[in-house]
Amino acid sequence: MGNPQEFARRYYEAGADELIYIDIVASLYERNNLTDIVSKTATNVFIPITVGGGVRSVEDVKILLRAGADKVAINTAAVRNPNLVTEVAQRFGSQCMVLSIEAKQTAPNRWEAYTDNGREKTGVDVLAWVRRGVELGAGEILLTSVDREGTRKGFDIDLVRAVSTAVGVPVIACGGMGTLEHLVSVIREGHADAVAMADVLHYKRLTLTDIREARERAMKGDAP
Amino acid sequence: MSLEVTVVDYGMGNLFSVSRAVEQCGGTVILADKPEMIDQAARVILPGVGAFADGMSELHKRRLVEPLRKIAVDGRPLLGICLGMQMLLDTGKEFGEHAGLGLISGVVEPIPSTGTDGQPHKIPHIGWNALIRPPACTSWADTILANIPENSPVYFVHSFTPMPAREEHRLADCRYDGRRVSAVIRSGNVYGCQFHPEKSGTVGLRILMNFLALKKG
Repeated sequence: MGNPQEFARRYYEAGADELIYIDIVASLYERNNLTDIVSKTATNVFIPITVGGGVRSVEDVKILLRAGADKVAINTAAVRNPNLVTEVAQRFGSQCMVLSIEAKQTAPNRWEAYTDNGREKTGVDVLAWVRRGVELGAGEILLTSVDREGTRKGFDIDLVRAVSTAVGVPVIACGGMGTLEHLVSVIREGHADAVAMADVLHYKRLTLTDIREARERAMKGDAP
Repeated sequence: MSLEVTVVDYGMGNLFSVSRAVEQCGGTVILADKPEMIDQAARVILPGVGAFADGMSELHKRRLVEPLRKIAVDGRPLLGICLGMQMLLDTGKEFGEHAGLGLISGVVEPIPSTGTDGQPHKIPHIGWNALIRPPACTSWADTILANIPENSPVYFVHSFTPMPAREEHRLADCRYDGRRVSAVIRSGNVYGCQFHPEKSGTVGLRILMNFLALKKG
């Protein structure tokens, strides 16, 4: 689609609150090549930057933070080695340890955690894992619905509400944003603390101004 | 000539963002990890992320505590950010009680775990929140908040909060589920920001620019 740091700069200028970079095939190829993009972005973008995809060790985190990231999002490596969550939190603080969770629904009000960008099952229950992750030191949850991602059909509200009420740390809802109504309902009914979106912006279906206005309405409790 | 800003490098977190933001505001950054570098500084930023006790112990280890106190005595501008702000106070209550720099009287306590409605709320307090003027503060003119409109949003991430002993040291607050949370404190040329100006977009950059423009008191 184009150069990521140009998108980043454009969204920063349009008033985005935060940027999230995820290399979605990093774990598959066991690579981590976002460092260069992050450092270029951080030179002229003055909002928080979260980076995920292929983060496997305390050393990987250190390199990304030095490049200008504020937080790292870890999924696959955390499922394989939960102690990594604690090591990162102790070394750099919980505020930069974002636990990324990819959730796929298996039954009403039950979800299973997936890894490798929604490709691999883990057999791990999402609510049990999110509670454990917070005990281990995660300071924030990036919660993606595998079922809804890319559908534009709205967020999995039940999932977001279940996770947001299960833990005392902020939850970022991701996956399914298609309309402003989706945003309003995930905030009001899902109790999302933050909402992440990608293609509605990349393809210019919505503007950040529209999104901010809808958010204000959602927080005030007016009709969407 | 561009304005020199001495940023304290004491092993508590990343200096890249603060340095880049200062440069964006037209400043030149000097990273300082030795007492004599602080002694020579025209103005100092004390950043930092992490626990209070660790921060103070890293400052002591590098013999930076007395030079930082001297900055305040001399009236040279000093800006603490996040943990750097919290260490300006007398005492931190994170993992036990620990002495701070004692430049602004008060203690640093955990953010109350509920809002004023008694409902539990999220800790850490992460995200954008609006700067409001405390009742006792009449104006932000001639401070680092000069020309910043009230209710401007800035970016917070913290679990502990400074409780200044004197109301007049509160320059700005924010509201977190009804609770008043200190956002900016000030005593003379000693300033502390709980939020991250280097991550608060154009408002944050303007605050840093105002800090660069402060004259020795």
